[in-house]
Amino acid sequence: MASVTYDHTTRIYPGNTTPSVSDLNLDIKDGEFMVLVGPSGCGKSTTLRMLAGLEEVNKGRILIGDKDVTTMQPKDRDIAMVFQNYALYPHMTVADNMGFALKIAGEDKATIRKKVEQAAEILDLTEFLDRKPRALSGGQRQRVAMGRAIVRQPKVFLMDEPLSNLDAKLRVQTRTQIATLQRQLGVTTLYVTHDQTEALTMGDRIAVLNLGVLQQVGAPTELYDRPANVFVAGFIGSPSMNLSVHPVSEGKAQIGSDSVSLPTDAVAKLTPEDNGEIILGFRPEHASLASAGDTDAFSLLVRNTEDLGSDGYIYGDIIADDSVADSAAATSATMSDQNKMTTVRVNPRELPAVGDTVKIHIDPSRMHLFSPATGERLN
Amino acid sequence: MEDFQSLRAARATSVNADFSEANPAAASDEGQLHITAATSNPRLFTLPWSTPLSQWPDDLLVKLPRGISRHIVRFVQVGSDILAMKEISRSAAEHEYEALRQLRKLDIPCVEPVGVVTGRSSEKGEPLEAILITKHLRYSLPYRALFSRNLRSDTADRLVDALAVLLVRLHLIGFYWGDVSLSNVLFIRDADQFGAYLVDAETGSLYPRLTDGQRNYDLDLARTNIIGELMDLNSGNLLPSSVDEVEVGNRLVERYDMLWDTLTGTESFGTNEMWRIEKRVEKLNELGFDVDELDVKTVDGGRRISVRPMVVDAGYASRKLLKLTGLDVQENQARRLLNDLDGYRASTWRQDQDEEIVATDWMREVYEPTVRMIPPEYQTTVEPAQFFHDVLTHRWYMAEQIGHDVPMPVATNDYIKTVLPQTQLDQQSLAEINADADAGVIDDDSVADIPDDEFGSRGPREEDDDQDAAVWSTD
Repeated sequence: MASVTYDHTTRIYPGNTTPSVSDLNLDIKDGEFMVLVGPSGCGKSTTLRMLAGLEEVNKGRILIGDKDVTTMQPKDRDIAMVFQNYALYPHMTVADNMGFALKIAGEDKATIRKKVEQAAEILDLTEFLDRKPRALSGGQRQRVAMGRAIVRQPKVFLMDEPLSNLDAKLRVQTRTQIATLQRQLGVTTLYVTHDQTEALTMGDRIAVLNLGVLQQVGAPTELYDRPANVFVAGFIGSPSMNLSVHPVSEGKAQIGSDSVSLPTDAVAKLTPEDNGEIILGFRPEHASLASAGDTDAFSLLVRNTEDLGSDGYIYGDIIADDSVADSAAATSATMSDQNKMTTVRVNPRELPAVGDTVKIHIDPSRMHLFSPATGERLN
Repeated sequence: MEDFQSLRAARATSVNADFSEANPAAASDEGQLHITAATSNPRLFTLPWSTPLSQWPDDLLVKLPRGISRHIVRFVQVGSDILAMKEISRSAAEHEYEALRQLRKLDIPCVEPVGVVTGRSSEKGEPLEAILITKHLRYSLPYRALFSRNLRSDTADRLVDALAVLLVRLHLIGFYWGDVSLSNVLFIRDADQFGAYLVDAETGSLYPRLTDGQRNYDLDLARTNIIGELMDLNSGNLLPSSVDEVEVGNRLVERYDMLWDTLTGTESFGTNEMWRIEKRVEKLNELGFDVDELDVKTVDGGRRISVRPMVVDAGYASRKLLKLTGLDVQENQARRLLNDLDGYRASTWRQDQDEEIVATDWMREVYEPTVRMIPPEYQTTVEPAQFFHDVLTHRWYMAEQIGHDVPMPVATNDYIKTVLPQTQLDQQSLAEINADADAGVIDDDSVADIPDDEFGSRGPREEDDDQDAAVWSTD
């Protein structure tokens, strides 16, 4: 068991001028399940591979526990890359399939048996230990493959998109199994995914990367409730956060002929670089339908609605200057993914008709405000 | 820019099979069958894509030995081609298709990618996994099939030697494999050796240059996997008792290191030892590599020369034979054929004649009459150049026994009668190999259909002939 420390770690690929991972500082606590998440090309796999010893570190260091492993060969690091395509051996028993790597490493039979039995108990495979793989179901086979990594009892597990090669049904099941197993074993784990749902459901903490730069580290709820910048706000959460840019006048966001009250301390943090504008964000579940006369609400032209029985969703365009706000829509398009439209979750019994214009009120305590100049959080 | 280019490349070989007659532009959408194929064989479109691969009808399948895989793999006859179908996730299929295409362009021995089928769904409308299509590599066998016949005790050694060459070649072009094993390779006999072909590129990627960490990881994983695979053969009583699994694993590392050092290492010597440059090139030729570019520098104030191969190409002998005869064969086969050609030239007193003219006569008088004698029933499984090599070896043993030379036609006839039948895989061995291959398949339907506990109480089953028996999804 050990902690992992990235200390000002930088990786620049040969021939590139910009780093793929830039000055990364990240502490993974002993026993923690850390998820690295970000879009394609953000540097998350490179970060994992540096820890695995597959990528050179150009600047900074990487520590496992107190040991500097920056230049150490992969096999000397006491890490396990889980779910490389483990093949099961048809003539070996489940026990031998799980323990053969220990045999190669020269461990004695009794120790191997003990470690295999421990792993089998955690994986619910005890009664199958003397069977051959062909007498197992698909799910059991998958667990034997996991067992192969577990018996080694490494200091750190590394998992790079481990579910991507599994089919859809097995993916959800294995996701839960990995998370449960990691908690039972308490082995420090670094897990890489592009899927923010996977990140939110599995990680103790999540590190969000973009363009090689660490954006924010925190527990899933911290990232969801208080994203540090516009990128994290738009990336974490499904459906994603509504984000749009609006002029600020007299402490209020001007949305067409409507205005929405903003917290004064956030407005006070705006600088001349922000050009008198603010990025206003809110999650679909933190807004509600308001009455026509509500003075703290904006107008939305309803383009589509969805009735899911338990929830209803309104998709629409914000109305600014008596027309659809092109600039706001265009800006928000780069930040959220609901086809550029604003999404609001409502009681499905209150869904308006397509083509209606409705008033929407944002819960002021759940509003997310960002500086257009820096993208940083203001409230 | 790169994205744009790859998109263009993909489009250039895309064929849309849009059976729903909806907008073809939306053919890549989920739920619509989409075939990206490097072939226009129309029979490809008539295959039962809406059926899970494990349930495809027997009359479509070709019974050939398969290697151990986590995924369902089947061989299918499509026109005159035998295609290998692998059911995997869409992202994995697309990644592997692209990786194999890149490797083929870089002249790496690997299977030929034919296409990717996505957007499959069952008759009931349930989504099915994507399928990666590759061409079956003629005359190749998975390692497991090589151990079910009466083979030499050094077979394991020869397999890892072939794998070492493949791994070095992959690393030289910057390919990190991430999953090196005997199971992920197909072997083709190459005179007394084997040639190794990559068949599984799911975890691999090309890099501008590999780090030592990447190479060492591949090598360490290869060692572990090979030892595991041999231990498995041992558990099934398929490995000769003289073979030490760990030693064979270590042999891979030694062979790899030796090859890598010879191909990439810098050597330095005094200016009066220039012959060492030639010796280095000769050594590389012996190992089957051509030197296209050599980096020669003077160091130590001009007193010493440092030499390092910059660009090396595998296939030294096979290219030479191809040029002379038009025969495209494995490296060691080429070496053997070139030797026989040399012998022919000497025995017919034609050392002064143009090599290409002599080669044409050798083809007409020696090679072609011999390989034409391959009985029709063996023509799909016996590679002509390997047959020729085996007959030469047989002739040598015959001559040694009798005490004088044996004419080729006599040796060929005797070989066909006494040796050839023993080289074929019998139906029972084939069934066993394919049952083994399926024993590790991790398939979603099996999980959905069979609760662990319920299945556990049923106990293990016997399955021999049914190639689907170990894939529980067919229940």
